[in-house]
Amino acid sequence: MFKIIKQLTSLVAMFAVLFAFSTETMAAKKSKTLENTKKRGFVRCGVSQGLPGFSNADESGNWTGIDVDVCRAVAAATLGDATKVKFTPLSAKERFTALTSGEIDILSRNTTWTLSRDADIGLTFVGVNFYDGQGFMVRKGSGISSTGEFKNGTSVCTNLGTTTELNMRDFFDSKGISYEPVVFEKADEVVAAYDAGRCDTYTTDKSGLAAQRTKLSAPDDHVVLPETISKEPLGPVVRQGDSVWEDIVRWSLNTMIEAEEYGVNSSNADMMKTSNNPAIKRLVGAEGELGAAFGLDNDWNLRIIKQVGNYGESYKRNIADTGILPDRGPNELWTKGGILYVPPAR
Amino acid sequence: MNNIIKRYIPQILAILFVVLIFGFLTLNAQTNMDNRGIDFGFGFLSQESSFDVQFSLIEYSGSDSYARAFLVGLLNTLLVSFISIIICTILGVIIGVARLSSNYLIKNSAAWYVEFFRNIPLLLQIFFWYYAALRALPMPEKADAWFGVTYMTVKGYYIPAMVWENLNVFLYCGLAAIIAIIVLRNYANKLRDTQGKQIPVLLYSVVLLIVLPLLSFLFGGVSLEFELPELKKLSKISYIYEGGISLPPELIALVLALSLYTSTFVAECVRAGIEGVSKGQKEAAASVGLTPNQVLKLVIMPQALRIIIPPTTNQYLNLTKNSSLAAAIAYPDLVLVFAGTALMQTGKAIEIVSITMLTYLTISLTIAAIMNWYNKKIEIKEK
Repeated sequence: MFKIIKQLTSLVAMFAVLFAFSTETMAAKKSKTLENTKKRGFVRCGVSQGLPGFSNADESGNWTGIDVDVCRAVAAATLGDATKVKFTPLSAKERFTALTSGEIDILSRNTTWTLSRDADIGLTFVGVNFYDGQGFMVRKGSGISSTGEFKNGTSVCTNLGTTTELNMRDFFDSKGISYEPVVFEKADEVVAAYDAGRCDTYTTDKSGLAAQRTKLSAPDDHVVLPETISKEPLGPVVRQGDSVWEDIVRWSLNTMIEAEEYGVNSSNADMMKTSNNPAIKRLVGAEGELGAAFGLDNDWNLRIIKQVGNYGESYKRNIADTGILPDRGPNELWTKGGILYVPPAR
Repeated sequence: MNNIIKRYIPQILAILFVVLIFGFLTLNAQTNMDNRGIDFGFGFLSQESSFDVQFSLIEYSGSDSYARAFLVGLLNTLLVSFISIIICTILGVIIGVARLSSNYLIKNSAAWYVEFFRNIPLLLQIFFWYYAALRALPMPEKADAWFGVTYMTVKGYYIPAMVWENLNVFLYCGLAAIIAIIVLRNYANKLRDTQGKQIPVLLYSVVLLIVLPLLSFLFGGVSLEFELPELKKLSKISYIYEGGISLPPELIALVLALSLYTSTFVAECVRAGIEGVSKGQKEAAASVGLTPNQVLKLVIMPQALRIIIPPTTNQYLNLTKNSSLAAAIAYPDLVLVFAGTALMQTGKAIEIVSITMLTYLTISLTIAAIMNWYNKKIEIKEK
């Protein structure tokens, strides 16, 4: 009998532990993400498994790219140090589950903003940090110069679990061309298979094509076709249900873009505190109480600009100078003929 | 009374514990999904999938439903498992017997084969066969014809397709032949048991199997034509074969890797089975005048099979589950199509993963049931 009582008590203890855990997860409704991030001391950020220019790790494990910079900006704003980010490389297939299950707090992984993703699966897109579109890469020797020249039976290599798979079908169906989709889980496998001649063409976002082309055995033998078959606004994503955290990530990105608009960059940010323009003063925390809205101090945006730089600096460092896409195209400020346009920070 | 408590209370508590844990997990998942605005439901299965699949045994296009995409993936998983199980069994038996050979060279080659293929992780083998094959195989326009009409290329293995007319008549004839053979066998067994007469059953069976379907060609209006793959130009440098059937390189690499890997384990089961039959049995059988063939067929194998079947069942189950590694090399199996693309496009992680798990469970239980039935059949019948 005594033995049974002992078993019972251990059972009760186990349940107590389980339920304590459950109340903790359930209470994560109101901006717990920020609190947990501060407690933890680093921002948990989901990135790609290696896409030069967007998120890519070098030999020593340092991550760079414009997607990486969004997470660094959030770390600078919330923790005061842009290096306090833990990057989790994710495949396209894993990314949303990692975010909704709470393994990461920001997903900044060249992810296309679509209605069903935004509304249906517990995610919230906070903005766009790169305007992209899907394109095709072919071998130069094939003589194909436009997507109109594809013939029935073309084999197409691409990534699993992306909008690419859907656009590809829309495209080939509307043209009435039969094709063979060869779908891999990892980008490196797609590149290897395309390189080996398994496929006649490789399709993904054009920025991705430009970046992956550098990994081919003879990059100069391949060419990206001029047509763009879809709209791919890429941007950071957060979990639904924590609107404060959502605002922090959104305005960290917006700050970088607005800083470029007002000519504030990492080297002149401190001097801008004495600027005559109130908008600039607000941007470097010298006027107004913008940080208070998120529960942050007033230097949050200054830190982003000083530690990470403005959007233009980030683009130049990661995408232009690396030779991936020297021309900014639509990703130029609205004042310079592009479509980058963010709401005012005031 | 005290005894009853001691016996039942812990069991009741254990059941309660399991129920509570499941209840808690469901509740927790439900609450968290509610918080994040994720709906739970299987309605998506009837929605249009809007993605295409590379290789399918049934008609499928992007305008079909997710349920049909599931079926496509399931059939592809079954196809690759079925082919691999057959190949690995044949290879396994040959290698297993070879390991017992008295010939030094045969015995050692078989041992090396087993040690080599079973000690390299399967995923690596799959990658090896796939990428090695892709690198080594010729482009379509440079491929030499195998057997005159088939082409092994980097884009797949192209074989002629069969175009049937009145296929059902042919199938009925085949079915009739099989039924006739079963009846004949039963009759022959009865004849042997009651009158001690032997009739050449095997010969008659082969004749039946050839003659009946042949008759369908002559009188049943059945005809068969072959559609040969023909080279077609896609662009200045790329070609493809049109017509016929194309087996994608992903399927070939996967079958190769799965069957070579699993055959080593089957070989070990076979070796264990044959070695498990005591030497005395063989000697006794020989001493009553049975030929070596009869010894193997009537004395050794029936006993060896009892040892071979249960562990081999395990290997078949492993093979089927291992086929989910297909996703790594773009073979559109259940995991790639349903737990991959469909999951990503719908975001219904819990629903899709549980359907996939249940499906694998069902496949495995079915294989286990078939093998258990066979095992029962060959067991020692104790009176």
